[in-house]
Order: sequence, then structure tokens, then C-alpha cells
Amino acid sequence: MAKEFLSGNEAFAYGIRLARPQVISAYPITPQTIVVEKLSEMVEDSSLQAEFIHVESEHSALSCAIGASAVGARAFTATSSQGLLYMAECLTYAAGGRFPIVMMNANRSTALPWNIYGDQRDSLSLLDCGWIQAYAENAQESLDLALMSYYIAEHKKVSTPFMANLDGFVLTHTYEVVEVPEAKQADLFLKPYVTENKLDLSYPKNLAFSVGPDHNTAFKFKEHLGILRAKEAIDEAEHKFNEIFGRQYTGLTESYHADDADYIIITLGSIAGLVRETVDKYREKGEKVGLLRIRYMRPFPNEEIAAVARNAKAIGILEKDISFGNEGTVYTNVNSALQKAGLSIPSSNFIGGLGGRNISEHEIESIFEELKNEKSTVSFLGIGGGEE
Amino acid sequence: MKPYLRDKVPTTLSEIPDHTAYEAGYLVTKNAGWRNIRPVINLEKCVGCLQCYLYCPDGVISKEENKVRLDYDFCKGCGICKKMCHFDAIQMEVEK
Repeated sequence: MAKEFLSGNEAFAYGIRLARPQVISAYPITPQTIVVEKLSEMVEDSSLQAEFIHVESEHSALSCAIGASAVGARAFTATSSQGLLYMAECLTYAAGGRFPIVMMNANRSTALPWNIYGDQRDSLSLLDCGWIQAYAENAQESLDLALMSYYIAEHKKVSTPFMANLDGFVLTHTYEVVEVPEAKQADLFLKPYVTENKLDLSYPKNLAFSVGPDHNTAFKFKEHLGILRAKEAIDEAEHKFNEIFGRQYTGLTESYHADDADYIIITLGSIAGLVRETVDKYREKGEKVGLLRIRYMRPFPNEEIAAVARNAKAIGILEKDISFGNEGTVYTNVNSALQKAGLSIPSSNFIGGLGGRNISEHEIESIFEELKNEKSTVSFLGIGGGEE
Repeated sequence: MKPYLRDKVPTTLSEIPDHTAYEAGYLVTKNAGWRNIRPVINLEKCVGCLQCYLYCPDGVISKEENKVRLDYDFCKGCGICKKMCHFDAIQMEVEK
């Protein structure tokens, strides 16, 4: 295992190289560009044996990956923001076709106003497309996620495409010391992709067909089961990953002092680092606050959220997203988890970081202070609530 | 194409394929309900030139030995096969 100084994008590319994809198809878009640039260099210098296909659009990038997966190849693509929205049509094709493609999405604001900086509106607006959605916090997790993503996506019980999200710039462009596993170790972890879900002259099949009203629901139900079962596959992957690489991840969520906390911030992505530091400061003062970091939005961690919320007095959901006309989508999902668990505790939504706006430590503190009022409100950091 | 699979209708979830992929001919929704006239082949006149097979927009005409056969589960009755037949081997008959 070698230590390297890598950005989030580079770390993800290193992880993908270890996973040995056979086809990479991508179109560049800020702030994703570097991950595919790096991979194209790897293909050029033969340290990665893959077909690198330069396509003319994101729609084509994912279509191409679907085609590759449909002949049994391990496929990778990456995008961001408007690029992800442009390939939205293909997202459901990949998911319904049960093609375990891996895509890195660099979380970025959506137009208009035009903006290239990070928020999570792009991927969160596409939660319903049938893809597994993971959110990394740092470069090391990005690399590890890249390698684990194929294990999870290709798992026989899952067969579902995997979207790994990295916060644009804050994570994709910042540098950290990252442990890069040896290829030999990675090969122990991840075996080549073997599937029956492919075009094969020896076993002719009808692929990606239409299904009428009679049986359509059954197919969609099976697609749903595939993502639900990813939870077990994630546990299995992380257990095996720890055995080989000595780093243990924590499934759909990561709890930091959340289990006995009165006030909990639930969030996702790189902002969790700042929340963790703020939790430390409060804990030093003897105040019981905590952080629950959502690592996977799909499958959604209903049980994990209910488990920490059970003993809390109030929870706050901090997200870089707004579903216009309602509230943040993560908030909606978390509230559903509370409701299903029969928990009636105050929960508030804090929308921040839109278009790359910085979220300060002071603002994290103000969230914890607001939670002490034990109310349920929706507000925008730096602006406040809705119309008075 | 294995026409017998057409009648194999899944009744339980386990009979539904896990992927959107299966042997051809399975899970078929027959689609010919709007046909008003049907092509009928006179096999004595048919010389097996395959013009109808090549031009059928729905791919319902298949080769059978030296002649052709029609799949009425999908034929929409457009009549292009009759127009293409130089041997007057196809007649359009009103559906009853």
C-alpha cells in the first residue's frame, strides 16, 4: 500500500483503475473533468487496460456504458450537474436493464443561474431513477468507494448501477494523503464481472425488452428489491474490504456521537467533516450533540436514522438541496423514516451550500443552537425561513 | 422464435426474469387487434421469392422451407406484402 497526495477526482480514478473496468465512456464537465482525464492518461500509459471512448455528450456517455455492460463488460462513466441531467433518460434504462455500471458524479449546482460550484441538487433530484447513490466525505473514502462500488453493483442479488457522489471542488479538487492499495490486493477483493445479463451468441436472448401492463409492476418490484438488497451487499463488501485493506466502513450511515446525543445533525458529503469538529467542541463543553452522516441515499437508511433519533430531543437535516415548493429532499426522506418508526420528535431542515456557498463553523453552531428550541422548521442558511 | 413460449404466461414473481432479459418469444403481448383485413397466402402461387418477407414492416413473415408463413399474432393488415407480391399469391380478406 502506497501513500499518495491526491485530489478527490484523482483518488477516485486510482480506485477505478484498481477495479479494472473494460470500457470507459465519458464527456468532460467541470468539476468532474479530472477523473476522466486521469483515467485517459492511465489508458494511454497502459497502466489500465480499457477501451476509452470519447463521446459527444453525456447522453451518449451513459448509452455507451449501457451497451458495454450489455455485452458483459465492466463499464465506467462520470459526469456532473447539467451533464447528469442530460443523461437522465439513460439512468432509468441502466437501472431497469439491471446493468451494474459505476458512475462518479461530481456534485454541482444546477442552472439557472449558471454556476459551476458544488451543491447536491443534481444527484438528489434524480433519486428515483433506480440507482444506488453513495456520498463520499473525503478522498480516501472516494478511492475505497470506487473499488467497492463494483462489488456492490455487480453482486448477484443487486445488479443495479451505482452512482458515487463527490462534492464538487470541496472534495473533487482538494488534496489529501491517500492510501492506494496494491493491484494484487485489489484483485483479491474484486473478481472479474460475470453475468448472464448480456448479449451472447451461444445463448441468444431478448435484451432490454418492453413489458406491458400485466407484468410491468413485477419488473419494477424486482428492481426495487435489487436496491434494497444492496444493503446486505454493502455490509459484505465493507467486511471483505476491511479484511484485505484494514479499513472498516459503517454501512448506510456513519454515526459520530449520535447514539447518545440530544441534538443531532444529519447530513451527507464533505460538510460532515466540519460538523464533526463542531461536535467535538460541544462535547468538550459537555453538551450531548452528535452527527449522523448519510453515506447512502439509496438504499435509504430508514432503520439507522430511527435508531439514533429514538433517544434524541431534536434533529436537524443539513443539505445542499431544495425541492422547490416543498423542502430539502433529504429532510423529506428522513421525516418518512421517523414516521415509519413511530417517532414524533422535532426535526428541522437547514438548506445551505447552494451554488458552492461556504457553510461556516459558526453556521453549524447556530444549527445546534436552533435545535435546542425543539421546533420543526425549514430555513435557508444566511437567509432564514419562507415568506413571513 | 419459439411460438410455444408465447403461451407461457408467468403467474408468480419467481417466474419473472430478474433482469430485463429473457429467451426470445417469452412474455409476449400479442398485438394485432386493430387488423381489419388479413393477408392470406396461396401456397400454390408462392414461389418463395421473399419480397414480402423483406418488406413486411412488422417482421411477421418468416421463411418456411421454400415458402413463407405469416404470424397473425402481430400482423396489422397493412397490405404491403400483397403489393410487393409479383405472383398474386397474397390476397387480403376482411376480418370477421
